[in-house]
Amino acid sequence: MLDFPGAKAAFTSRMEFISPNAAEAVPCFRILDDLGRALDGSDIPEVDSSLAVKMYHTMVRLQTFDSIFYEAQRQGRISFYLTNIGEEALNVASAAALTKDDVVFPQYREHGVLMWRGFTLDEFANQCFSNEAGHGKGRQMPIHYGSEKLNYFTISSPIATQLPHAVGAAYGLKMDRKNACAVTYFGDGGSSEGDFHAACNFAAVLEAPVLFVCRNNGYAISTPACEQYKGDGIVVRGRGYGMTSIRVDGNDALAVFKAVSAARKLAVEQSKPVLIEAMTYRVGHHSTSDDSTKYRSGEEIAHWRSVRDPVLRFRRWLESNAWWSVEDEKELRGAARKEVISAMNQAEKKNKPPLSELFTDVYDTLPRNLLEQEATLRDTVSKNPPSLAPH
Amino acid sequence: MAAAGAALAPIIENRLLLPPNAGRIRCSSSARGALVVRGAALSEESRKNRSSALKAVAVKGEAPNLTTAKSGHEILLFDALREGLEEEMARDPTVCVIGEDVGHYGGSYKVTKGLAEKFGDLRVLDTPICENSFTGMGIGAAMTGLRTVVEGMNMGFLLLAYNQISNNAGMLHYTSGGQFKIPIVIRGPGGVGKQLGAEHSQRLESYFQSVPGLQMVACSTPYNAKGLMKAAIRSDNPVILYEHVLLYNLKERIPDEEYVLCLEEAELVRPGKDVTILTYSRMRHFVLQAAKTLVERGYDPEIIDIRSLKPFDLFTIGNSIKKTHKVLIVEECMRTGGIGASLRAAIVDNFWDFLDGRPECLSSQDVPTPYAATLEDATVVQPAQIVVKVEQMCQGLV
Repeated sequence: MLDFPGAKAAFTSRMEFISPNAAEAVPCFRILDDLGRALDGSDIPEVDSSLAVKMYHTMVRLQTFDSIFYEAQRQGRISFYLTNIGEEALNVASAAALTKDDVVFPQYREHGVLMWRGFTLDEFANQCFSNEAGHGKGRQMPIHYGSEKLNYFTISSPIATQLPHAVGAAYGLKMDRKNACAVTYFGDGGSSEGDFHAACNFAAVLEAPVLFVCRNNGYAISTPACEQYKGDGIVVRGRGYGMTSIRVDGNDALAVFKAVSAARKLAVEQSKPVLIEAMTYRVGHHSTSDDSTKYRSGEEIAHWRSVRDPVLRFRRWLESNAWWSVEDEKELRGAARKEVISAMNQAEKKNKPPLSELFTDVYDTLPRNLLEQEATLRDTVSKNPPSLAPH
Repeated sequence: MAAAGAALAPIIENRLLLPPNAGRIRCSSSARGALVVRGAALSEESRKNRSSALKAVAVKGEAPNLTTAKSGHEILLFDALREGLEEEMARDPTVCVIGEDVGHYGGSYKVTKGLAEKFGDLRVLDTPICENSFTGMGIGAAMTGLRTVVEGMNMGFLLLAYNQISNNAGMLHYTSGGQFKIPIVIRGPGGVGKQLGAEHSQRLESYFQSVPGLQMVACSTPYNAKGLMKAAIRSDNPVILYEHVLLYNLKERIPDEEYVLCLEEAELVRPGKDVTILTYSRMRHFVLQAAKTLVERGYDPEIIDIRSLKPFDLFTIGNSIKKTHKVLIVEECMRTGGIGASLRAAIVDNFWDFLDGRPECLSSQDVPTPYAATLEDATVVQPAQIVVKVEQMCQGLV
């Protein structure tokens, strides 16, 4: 046996390089087939009708919100929007497997997690319209939600910077021995960032209770996954860090629910990190600043939008249990649309934040230089046309 | 300039009349009720209490017990930092330290010596090497209730953590609408050392000073090191505490009783009337060295260690300029874009009417710090230059 400090391994006289990829890719765990039917031998998790219907409601509301607000941006009513289309099951089912004490560090395509936790349509709309009622006080661009109450940390645009935050939060939870874990989301692109490597390594070394949920949706803006990495996705890296990992069908709500539940249990009970690679597909463009038909075919998008829609797949499973009907669907879709449009109209009418909120929260209290800047600004504004007037 | 600023002058003037801890700036010491000892005159008696390592050490005349040589205890600067940190960790169980080799090794400069043994290796956490990651980790932990002290083994390495420090530590309180606070302290040795090479001789205060949301302080003596460490930990804002790689072994007698300094306050080191010299960190000691020569030649410089690099203590600075009408900044930052550059702008904006001449500034050369000793000495300001500059200013030659 070797006794180098770096590794305890047996010797071998055969020089054998480890090949870059295993013979087979890591298999992907699923419970429902593409038509929402439970596969033979599946162990369906405990999801009763009320939980299932609640999950479905949230997915539909998310889909509705995305479609209406995307259009709102196209109409110039908001400046920017980013959808979750194709990832509704991943968002909602993973959130449903967590408790409200688990702290979430999102990237930006996890609005469904926040919606599940109770962020209202008004709250979403207020942030997107950056009005004075938004929790962010109009400081962040649309979809950069944050809610201290719901343990959902304010989104910061740079990719993967939230991963070390999650490890830090997990470190705090570990010290306090809380029955909670940190959960962080990122994409296939985000896994290339240095922060991914460092956070995974730290979490494993420190034995921090954190779930790393990778939404492998196939694209990082225009970069397809095959140009993002040469290994077998992200799940194989878990072993590189000495971390438990699993690959799951991200479009199968039941599989995601089961995997995240089990991972959470492991993280909290053993104080260890877990890496979950959820395979999915980004049906929408990266954001309203992107036109993905430039780098992928319309047929490909249409296929995933229709035949592979995770919301429809879950609905079929509900229907097979007689927990959902065509009438329910019609009613929900109609109600959701009305509620979202109403929230949007309300939010659009509200005032933007006043000038008095320009300088607050930079520090805990206003320092002298900011007081002076505010005084100068108010003086300038009072001497200038109403368009600059504070209110 | 006076006319344009006239309408605003009363507002600014009134605010500048207030000392740093009045009004809306919270002084941590008043909030906690600990003994606050602020900078005061260098009395005749205390002038005689000279430490062996330093030629001129400021002693606080207002503090009880310090006029006799027997009370208080002698301590080296690195140990004063450790003492402050230890006291805060004992007082508040949410305070923890994160960094490389801070645990059983005790820290590269021994600032965390003995703390892991006392508080455990979770509260004094050794990390793998990734500055961006452990700084991010410190931010995440701070957002969820801990008060983290992140140590950069050398401040220069924290350039690898720039995104976390500016976009996250600096910004998240603001972008979250005030929902999440980040009571983090980021500290470590920086500045130009003795032949440490360019990457280990960075002056990070120059790069970070622009980031909104950060507070920055620089310590220069065991006394202010301990007081600023405690204040930084108690602050709810992200604070960067700049230590200097060559000052860790400075010795001074500090009070036995607890004290916390005010983060936003400058320190009056030597009162005078001929010229205001503003400085911080290692340059404070060079200025004091130059002051000996100047005093012998009959000059009377007023020396202020600005300590608070962001925000500037314009109250203390302004009062001095109104008295002397001349100001010289002596810094270790490079000429371009350093603390001196910003301080000059602030002085011109606020005290133009009180100046006899332009605010002067002695800075390091705009070069990466070379290794060779003679070259390195030539990149930073030396006491002789300070003497020459002050003489020129007092003689009206600049």
